[in-house]
Amino acid sequence: MLRIYYVWEWPVRICHWINVLSMIMLSMTGFYIGSPFITAPDTSMYVMGWMRFLHFSFAYLFTVSVAARIIWMFIGNHHASWKAFIPWITAEGRRNFIKMFRYYTFTGKKITYEVGHNPVAATAYLGIFVLFVFQIISGFAMYGQFAPGGFWDGILGGLNVLVGNQWMRLFHHGVMWLLAGFIINHVYSGWLMDIKMRNGTMSGIFSGYRYIEPEDL
Amino acid sequence: MKTDLDVISPLIPEDLLLRVEAKGINRRDFIKFCTAITAAMALPVSFIPTVAQAVEDKRPPVIWVEYQSCSGDSEAFLRSNHPTAGELILDLISLEYAEVIMAAAGHQAEEAKYQAMEKYKGQYILIVEGSIPTGANGVYCTIGGKSAMDDCKMLVQNAAATICVGSCSSFGGIPAAAPNPTEAKSVSQIVPGATIINLPGCPVNATNLTATIVHFMTFGKLPAVDRLGRPKFAYGKRIHDNCERRGHFDAGQYAEAFGDEAQRQGHCLYKLGCKGPETFHNCPTVRYNEGTSWPIMAGHGCIGCSEPGFWDTMSPFYRRLPKVPGFGIEDTADKIGIGLAAATAVAFGVHGVASCFRKGDAMEEDKVVKED
Repeated sequence: MLRIYYVWEWPVRICHWINVLSMIMLSMTGFYIGSPFITAPDTSMYVMGWMRFLHFSFAYLFTVSVAARIIWMFIGNHHASWKAFIPWITAEGRRNFIKMFRYYTFTGKKITYEVGHNPVAATAYLGIFVLFVFQIISGFAMYGQFAPGGFWDGILGGLNVLVGNQWMRLFHHGVMWLLAGFIINHVYSGWLMDIKMRNGTMSGIFSGYRYIEPEDL
Repeated sequence: MKTDLDVISPLIPEDLLLRVEAKGINRRDFIKFCTAITAAMALPVSFIPTVAQAVEDKRPPVIWVEYQSCSGDSEAFLRSNHPTAGELILDLISLEYAEVIMAAAGHQAEEAKYQAMEKYKGQYILIVEGSIPTGANGVYCTIGGKSAMDDCKMLVQNAAATICVGSCSSFGGIPAAAPNPTEAKSVSQIVPGATIINLPGCPVNATNLTATIVHFMTFGKLPAVDRLGRPKFAYGKRIHDNCERRGHFDAGQYAEAFGDEAQRQGHCLYKLGCKGPETFHNCPTVRYNEGTSWPIMAGHGCIGCSEPGFWDTMSPFYRRLPKVPGFGIEDTADKIGIGLAAATAVAFGVHGVASCFRKGDAMEEDKVVKED
């Protein structure tokens, strides 16, 4: 008999949606900062000023959200735990990873039945967390350039010297596109699994609940 | 009403000024020089007499050497005139060796250099212009049969302090740009750990060089530096943050092409690849050629010449971002990014269509109720 599982606790859902909002805002304003596609007709306007203000504000929001989610990896349930993102350390995880990978590549017929993340998705999210942290660090390192000797310059300014000012910009810009690719992948996979697994994959990230047949686990 | 100036009363003693005049230096020029240099070092007005004192009674020996350079820094310094900084400093320092302006030539000149080095061991200021080639044991640049590598090491180790003028001696500059055929290096790479200050720029700003020398004369040490060994008084702020076109940047007004209406209006050169936002230098405030102008004022974007590896990392000079390695010159990061996102969308679209026609993979088939 189908049962209702509480999988995604509220901090996980809140962080997820703050991340979505921040990524959309940061990508849009960041793209404008890199390549200003609106030209102001009048000097009294403040288009780039507002874009930068929004970019830096959402950068702080995003940083808090990612930090909160990382903290929750240590206090949340086992679906939210840091262990959920390295599924291939167990034999079962490796087996399910291969099974899921084969399903995606049309070389296998069966989907792994999971309550939380499937092992392929979990591995992707690990990579996404790395990209998030990279964006935060590179972003604040460049942001700190407005005030040499200030807080951000003090803790991250050395990276600009190590990596090079312009390469930082290129990488920060490139990772935005990688994340855009990830969002396409993520929405598609969620949708596909919602259809195929019939367990509330999509509604789960709104409500937190998924509908599981324990006998099939 | 009392002003700050009255309170501080930066008086240069009269006898000092008389001594200066006796040397044939105009008193007004001397006061202007001391004031401007004190300001350039970002010191308060009250330091003017201290600076004047140091400048007047010390006459530090200076050796100016050139390796892989275009003499652009020498030119910038000798042609400087702010206020007659170049001329004045030449009266106030004892220039023992400088290839561009010395009368001696050949072995005589080299002999004079070594004599000065021995005589003022540990006391002279060394100014290095140009990078040092290290390929093939340094044969790409030799002076009097001696490689630039050996010459530089010897002079730096015996100097009280070394000032690297221009981007080549500071960071390798243009000779060190890819593919760097001579394996050119900066002075601090050749002699790590020595007392070295970098004054990058292509060319160096004469005012900053003069201020650095005067700082050393006044305080007996080099000024405070940033992570790249550049004095904070000159490289402590981004060009972008002091730029006269900054208002147009914040407003969102950009020149799209050279000679367009926006450029003629003095709008921001950001979209023409200006590297002001990633370059630390005091060009907007000090400017060049007697404070006449500087690149952005003249209508051309900054090319980031005072940053390490500028020829490789700041180019293409008319684009915001470096070109992506492994792709063609016309491929910008955005074109590649859009291509990547589009390819992802297409790939998953195809995957989705294929998945629609898949049979027998959906779960809980037995639980699905078919309604009429």
